[in-house]
Amino acid sequence: MLRAHLRRSLQNVALLSQRRSFAATTKLLNNASVNVAQTTSDEPGRSNKSLWGSTDRFTNELKFMQQIESLKAYRVMDHTGTVLDPEHDPNLPREEVLKCYKSMVLLHTMDGILYDAQRQGRISFYMTHYGEEAMIGTAAALKPEDVVFGQYREAFMLVYRGFTLDEFLNQCFSNELDYGKGRQMPVHYGSKKLNFQTISSPLGTQIPQASGAAYALKLSGANACTLCFFGEGAASEGDFHAGLNMAATLKCPTIFFCRNNGFAISTPSSEQYKGDGIASRGIGYGIDTIRVDGNDIWAIYNATKVAREIAVKEQRPVLIEAMTYRIGHHSTSDDSTKYRDRKEVEERAQFDNPITRLRRYIEAKNWWSPQEEEEYRKSVKKEILKAFSAAEKRKKPAIKHLFTDVYDDLTPNLVRQQNELNELIKKYPEYYNTDDFASS
Amino acid sequence: MFCLKRAIKHSSAFKPLIARTYAATSKGIDGIQEGVAYSNLLKRDPDEAFRSPELAHMSANNSGTTKMNLFQAVNDAMSIALTTDDKAVVFGEDVSFGGVFRATSGLAEQFGRDRVFNTPLTEQGIAGFAIGMAAVGHTAIAEIQFADYIFPAFDQIVNEAAKFRYRSGNQFNVGGLTIRSPSSAVGHGGHYHSQSPEAFFTHCPGLKIVTPRSPIQAKGLLLASIRDRNPVIFFEPKILYRAAVEEVPVGDYELPLGKAEILKKGTDVTIVGYGSQIYALENAIQLAEKRLPGISCELIDLRTIMPWDVDTVVESVKKTGRLVIAHEAPKTGGVAAEVASTVMEHCFLNLEAPIQRVCGWDTPFPLAFEKFYVPSMVRCYDAIKTAMEY
Repeated sequence: MLRAHLRRSLQNVALLSQRRSFAATTKLLNNASVNVAQTTSDEPGRSNKSLWGSTDRFTNELKFMQQIESLKAYRVMDHTGTVLDPEHDPNLPREEVLKCYKSMVLLHTMDGILYDAQRQGRISFYMTHYGEEAMIGTAAALKPEDVVFGQYREAFMLVYRGFTLDEFLNQCFSNELDYGKGRQMPVHYGSKKLNFQTISSPLGTQIPQASGAAYALKLSGANACTLCFFGEGAASEGDFHAGLNMAATLKCPTIFFCRNNGFAISTPSSEQYKGDGIASRGIGYGIDTIRVDGNDIWAIYNATKVAREIAVKEQRPVLIEAMTYRIGHHSTSDDSTKYRDRKEVEERAQFDNPITRLRRYIEAKNWWSPQEEEEYRKSVKKEILKAFSAAEKRKKPAIKHLFTDVYDDLTPNLVRQQNELNELIKKYPEYYNTDDFASS
Repeated sequence: MFCLKRAIKHSSAFKPLIARTYAATSKGIDGIQEGVAYSNLLKRDPDEAFRSPELAHMSANNSGTTKMNLFQAVNDAMSIALTTDDKAVVFGEDVSFGGVFRATSGLAEQFGRDRVFNTPLTEQGIAGFAIGMAAVGHTAIAEIQFADYIFPAFDQIVNEAAKFRYRSGNQFNVGGLTIRSPSSAVGHGGHYHSQSPEAFFTHCPGLKIVTPRSPIQAKGLLLASIRDRNPVIFFEPKILYRAAVEEVPVGDYELPLGKAEILKKGTDVTIVGYGSQIYALENAIQLAEKRLPGISCELIDLRTIMPWDVDTVVESVKKTGRLVIAHEAPKTGGVAAEVASTVMEHCFLNLEAPIQRVCGWDTPFPLAFEKFYVPSMVRCYDAIKTAMEY
């Protein structure tokens, strides 16, 4: 029932867009009363000739088009956690809802501790998720076999899928247990077993990759999709255009998920684009598109769930734009008070906080009490600190891993260079202290 | 740039011009017939095809040969790759109807449009899409229509493909990725249908760069590249697509990556090149051995430009004491600089003359002046002479 409803509204968006683009069509048809075969955009093997050979593609009206009205964001519950239309409440069981809530609180707590740790110089870099914790709704709507491509502010996906605190902290401390062998900056997580492709810094590169991976899933007959996260700033990269256009033309089962949080470092979205956000572009690529309230976990959950159905069953891409607000600084290398009002940030954090919203929802169901809240926060903090000090004490990876994995095997030039470094380490032990590194 | 690209690719003018410039030159200097059409390096006899130790085992298997030019050999390699690997796909701009150089002819019909398909016109998209397929274990054989247009994909290739395995601690890799691209001079390609961009990529750890000199080499090296567990860029000298014809083994075979091949043994000077430049070097050697009686040149085809076969080249120079390196790409920052400095490190006491680099000039690739730009037979001969007379 709900799915059907959501599908209808998605189709309405598509219909609306068609009406907009071809506003003159009906009029012309009425006037000229020509009988031409309708060519739908999905018709296979169509050529430009068949599209433009018929008179219904022309108008006497000289009219340039612009955005007519802004797409509205789909919302299930308001900022007080009240569900607006009960039919849209996904009504997940208590354990599932509490899993989401606890994951959000855990992420929030870990963000606080690791942000402070960077400030004390104990890790080199960090990026928080403040204000975007509701995105965990995507994780709840996916299946474990779905492959995730992220940008960098998507640790919620890993928390939900069961990445352990040790695994997070080992990566941030670049220690010998880090899966990435200490090679990448903190927060560049990856997990083969959780189907989470390793994060890289270059923005937008993961977008066409997610399309390609989705095409591969389609070919191999897997009942799975890819989900690709990116911010509204990254959507200005050429790879966004490439990735969406390729996914649409090659019918790739992928969900493009844009976190539109209003800022790309210091650049407000008003300096990022002039159109109606990112969602309006999806329609231009012929991709089913929806805009959602990014602080509403159930709106995100519902949209992702339907999107997954479209992607997997109908083998084509979907675009979701989640409207939110980046409450934290861009990263530990950024002081956002230099370009935006601290008061505005505080108001947003207070008035429309995704964690508070879900807490009110579970409190209203009598599934959660202030005591449980306090106890959980305490225990989770304790666990994080425990993992923190364990990770901090561990050795760095063995120095040989500077050279491994460039290729599947060491190439002759790398063998020579590794020997050269080993000789240097032997020759200048007072300069190259290796005590902190694991032995090979 | 794409408009021109589109306009030129359908032009049938390439063929006669190739012939005019490279194949059919009348007996020029000292009666030497220049060009691939007269090359002694091509295997025109079926028995000859198996004469190299690398292919001897095929002869034992009673594998036959077929006369193929380079685009047909590339096509044959992809056909075998698609047959032997269910997860292999071939895609790029215009590959579905057979490709603008015919390298993918018949593949879509044979293997289906899901496995051999056109993409929208976006090089960064093609590279990113291929990386994504390889990242989940598929074999992606992507085509960039001309090497000149690989630069929009530079970020995906250098920052993503090359670092995929390293940055994930070997949790993920794109070993199934191969990017094929026609490269190098073609007689009248101007700025954007002539470039040899290999050196840009040799500076990037994580990539393998391969370029063949002939149909037999193209088939074996391409199959090895497709099956190698690292991302490989495979540059096909487009001037050889039709001009180079050999008896190519019909079976499934691979030639080793990272191994140079000594094409001619010699004792006085080592000559190193790759791709279509090999034929200019062959002619230069003929001229040198004619004009400087008694000298003997050793000719080496690098084949893999990254990681290149240092041992074979160093061993040769230790014997000859002299080195000439030639490539079409501009001199400054070119592959020859890397080879020269490495050989200098390893062979300092053996060198009897300064290492000679014969390269394209440090200019964009010019249209009307192509003959004066390329490291032709005469320029290569002059470098050999300089090395010998030093």
